[in-house]
Amino acid sequence: MSQRFRLPSGGHVDRSKRLNFTFDGRAYDGHHGDTLAAALLANGVRLVGRSFKYHRPRGILSAGVEEPNALVELRDGARREPNTRATVAELFDGLAATSQNHRGSLAFDWMAVNGLLAPWLGAGFYYKTFMWPASFWERVYEPMIRKAAGLGRASGLPDPDHYESAHAHCDVLVVGAGAAGLAAARAAGATGARVILAEQDFLLGGDLLNEPGLEAWRQESIAALEAMPEVTLLPRTTVFGFYDQGVLGAVERVADHLPQPPAHTARQRYWTIRAKEVVLATGAHERIIAFPGNDRPGVMLAGAARTYARRYGVRAGETAALFATHDAAYDAAFALAEAGTRIAAIIDPRTDSAAMQRAREAGFTVNAGSVVTGTVGGNALRGVEIGAPGSGGRGDAVPADLLMVSGGWNPAVHLASMSGSALAWDEALLAFVPGAASQHERSAGGCRGVNGIAAAAADGAAAGQAAAVAAGFAAAPAMTLPEAPAPDHRPYELWEVKGRGKAFVDIQDDVTADDIRLAHREGYSHIEHAKRYTTHAMGTDQGKVGGLVGAAVLAEAREEPVAKVGLPRFRPYTSPVAWGAIAGGEVGQHFQPVRRTALHGEHEALGAVWMDAGIWKRPAYYPKAGDADAWASVKREARAVRERVGVCDVSTLGKIVVEGPDAATFLDRVYANTFSTLQVGRARYGLMLREDGIVFDDGTTTRLGPDRFFVTTTTAQAGPVMQHLEFHLASAWPDLDVSLASVTDQWAAMSIAGPKAREVVAAVVTGLDVSNEAFPFMAVADCLAAGVPARLFRISFSGELAYEIAMPAGYATQVWRAVLAAGAPHGIEPYGVEALGLLRIEKGHVAGSELNGQTTAQDLGLGRMLKKKGDFIGRVLAQRPGMTDPSRPRLVGLRSADPARQIRAGCHLIVDGRSQGWISSATQSVVDPGWIGLGLLRDGETHIGSVIVAANPLMGEEVPVKVVSPHGYDAENLRVRA
Amino acid sequence: MLRIPCPHCGARDEVEFTYRGDATVTRPGPDGDVGAFHDYLYLRRNPRGWQVEWWQHNGGCRAFLKVLRHTVTHEVRAVAAATETLEVPGA
Ligand SMILES: [Zn+2]
Repeated sequence: MSQRFRLPSGGHVDRSKRLNFTFDGRAYDGHHGDTLAAALLANGVRLVGRSFKYHRPRGILSAGVEEPNALVELRDGARREPNTRATVAELFDGLAATSQNHRGSLAFDWMAVNGLLAPWLGAGFYYKTFMWPASFWERVYEPMIRKAAGLGRASGLPDPDHYESAHAHCDVLVVGAGAAGLAAARAAGATGARVILAEQDFLLGGDLLNEPGLEAWRQESIAALEAMPEVTLLPRTTVFGFYDQGVLGAVERVADHLPQPPAHTARQRYWTIRAKEVVLATGAHERIIAFPGNDRPGVMLAGAARTYARRYGVRAGETAALFATHDAAYDAAFALAEAGTRIAAIIDPRTDSAAMQRAREAGFTVNAGSVVTGTVGGNALRGVEIGAPGSGGRGDAVPADLLMVSGGWNPAVHLASMSGSALAWDEALLAFVPGAASQHERSAGGCRGVNGIAAAAADGAAAGQAAAVAAGFAAAPAMTLPEAPAPDHRPYELWEVKGRGKAFVDIQDDVTADDIRLAHREGYSHIEHAKRYTTHAMGTDQGKVGGLVGAAVLAEAREEPVAKVGLPRFRPYTSPVAWGAIAGGEVGQHFQPVRRTALHGEHEALGAVWMDAGIWKRPAYYPKAGDADAWASVKREARAVRERVGVCDVSTLGKIVVEGPDAATFLDRVYANTFSTLQVGRARYGLMLREDGIVFDDGTTTRLGPDRFFVTTTTAQAGPVMQHLEFHLASAWPDLDVSLASVTDQWAAMSIAGPKAREVVAAVVTGLDVSNEAFPFMAVADCLAAGVPARLFRISFSGELAYEIAMPAGYATQVWRAVLAAGAPHGIEPYGVEALGLLRIEKGHVAGSELNGQTTAQDLGLGRMLKKKGDFIGRVLAQRPGMTDPSRPRLVGLRSADPARQIRAGCHLIVDGRSQGWISSATQSVVDPGWIGLGLLRDGETHIGSVIVAANPLMGEEVPVKVVSPHGYDAENLRVRA
Repeated sequence: MLRIPCPHCGARDEVEFTYRGDATVTRPGPDGDVGAFHDYLYLRRNPRGWQVEWWQHNGGCRAFLKVLRHTVTHEVRAVAAATETLEVPGA
């Protein structure tokens, strides 16, 4: 029969709307307003999952976010989402849900044999068992654990939905829309304050949803809030973290309740909320009691059974027992009886109470002074064993298919604790409550231990008004508050019933009370250590139902009060948050910004193959018809530079203008070599060190005027160099009158290199004599290029006669086209980063692979550049013995002994069977065909001329290489100066 | 997430800033020896409490600012220009 546990009326479900869904392939139906858990219970489905470690059968324990058991996979295909709590997943028509963590069927799981191995699977099992031999870890243990443990399966497919992030500011943020939260938002909203009310549920009301008598007040409150223009209601929004300075994080499930998001709608929205004042009205979580078999399907928190009956109109069982330690829990028995469930027994360790008397009057069998000593059944509860506390044995069994449990209520103090408030122990509640606030926050209602709906509403109203006043608003008239009786929820202290069988303190992680005691015996007695040793409270539920129970078991073992043992530190997230929501829109091509040079379109038109240089897009090479492969293109471009002329976009180099009366002094201090002696209109290669003496960056710097310099940096270090200069100007030498401006984006630049470069430049440039005599190597001057104001530099990275033309970025295309046109008669080729790299390796110039944050100037053969006089960054610490040790690896050139055998960057350089260095850069030569490279080799000079081995153990390669001078090509620089 | 009042730009979110550590160490002068530079570069007090530290407003005016921040509560109590001095409470 369909929904045979559904009541004919009552609750907040719409019985006129039937929703079809499947669970493990079987078809069921439920109603609009159901959670998946409510709909499963309505259909009599009790077994919903298997436990993490022992694969024990598990059922629905709760009716909310604290659910440890009912974790299911929702949807299929690319939208399949694992580890979703059935107790908060809204039912929609067509929902496909699957149980997880079992092999074979859910009802018969082969891995349940782990339960038989239980004596060996106790606390610290992973640490102890999988220690030896180490080689087994990767190949045997880890795959085995991954197969056996773990929960749901990720889809493995790209997420078809999109997620967005939003920022909000408000005067008062109210977290939670139960009685306290609604009242707080109304009181704050009445003052005119900007209020955000966030509620994780899809309905506002919290426990009001279980109280038909208070429905009018709930609806009136929602209507009042909706009428306030400054109040924003955010249902389906979980506030998961409280951070510094009034910042809270929240995730809004915009479309999780739909089969798929409507067009242009995010699946989820990640909120960063900055609030002047915060009211926490997060309520409380009911806690379990540790007794043998407390994890059997059919064992449920008492408040959850009441919620299923009252809010969803679902009986969670035919015959129920209640095991409770306080009066408030008895309302569950009355609610279930009202729903038609037979109450077979009430088990209470106390001798007498008002609720017990009412229960007796209602005709229930009350077992005062008793406890549940065990449960009977297999995949479903069949009976409850009742006995005397401390008897240790198995009691008499009473038939029942539902056991409602309440060991008391834990105020949901997570956010208060994250805000910095130290928690305080409440002796009456036997629970932690928030202590003094350390931020602009206050707790109201159940989350600070206030008992009953009416008291919570009053507390919320006071807190909401106080928060608005603290945010600078004048108090406004209060609303009418609801009235309702408040049964006593102060519990009798009972954390555990000791007996035979597993008594769980963390049902999700399969942690038993015995595991906690074992951790204590083995020295893991601090709550944080016990947590990690046993995995107690480490699951997706973060110990909401059993965390304090485990702490109490530990306290007993330590013979100390629970208050002293405490709880593990609360951290975000209070509830699981999907990675998609955290990533937001920053995925795919939006993962990071893209920087394009002013010539991007020109490269595209030439068919450039792109490569990433940081976030820059740079042409790697320009393939042409007839090129056999990428190497053919690269070598063709490099050969053009060596034999004729080439042009390369070098706009990505960092460019900084350094200006002011002390500019030269400043540069002398930040560069290892001297710039104050540089003539106006000349450039010089410069080397910067870090303060620890390691090489930081290199580049050419030009003196444009007596007080004006133009610094260039490598592409990768453009940002860091700018910060480095700014920092030292601010912190070390504020007396220097210097200003800095980054002009990287303002200037585009291209290098024209090759024996025919002068002819091309002469054809493009006007107003400047570019002959070797008038414009020698390292000359710089302003000019017109293709009619555009430009600056010409005679500098070379390739080892050929070369010029660099820089012009305002907006004119770059015009100049680029003029250069290509002027170069056409000479066979000009545009060349990319790969050819640039080939040419500089041939020439022996260092680049990022050699300036790798580990090398000194001496290592790179640049030791003579360090000036002998005057202070500069890195001067002192570069003189430390470890930095000047002559046996440090030094820059060498390398050439594969067999020109056909490839050498690769990253290879070890092996001398006499030992690694003595590495290859930093490798390429093919065009002047002397074969594989060449640069490397850093211990005692490098002494090996020049000899053949050593370049080894790549990962690829099983050993290639003989000849060690040569790094400056093999035109060592006298005749070509550069031609 | 901190909010830092930049003297030039106003209160801004910490994502606009880059942290640069303890601002109470000063670079030794030209006569500093290896020991002095070692201490400047590597030694930090790492206090539990108030600390004057460098934050660069690199997403704004780019100024290096001195910020008085509590390392436990993350409260930002004062912000000053690089050339100014911030007193550490109780120091
Ligand atoms: Zn600023």
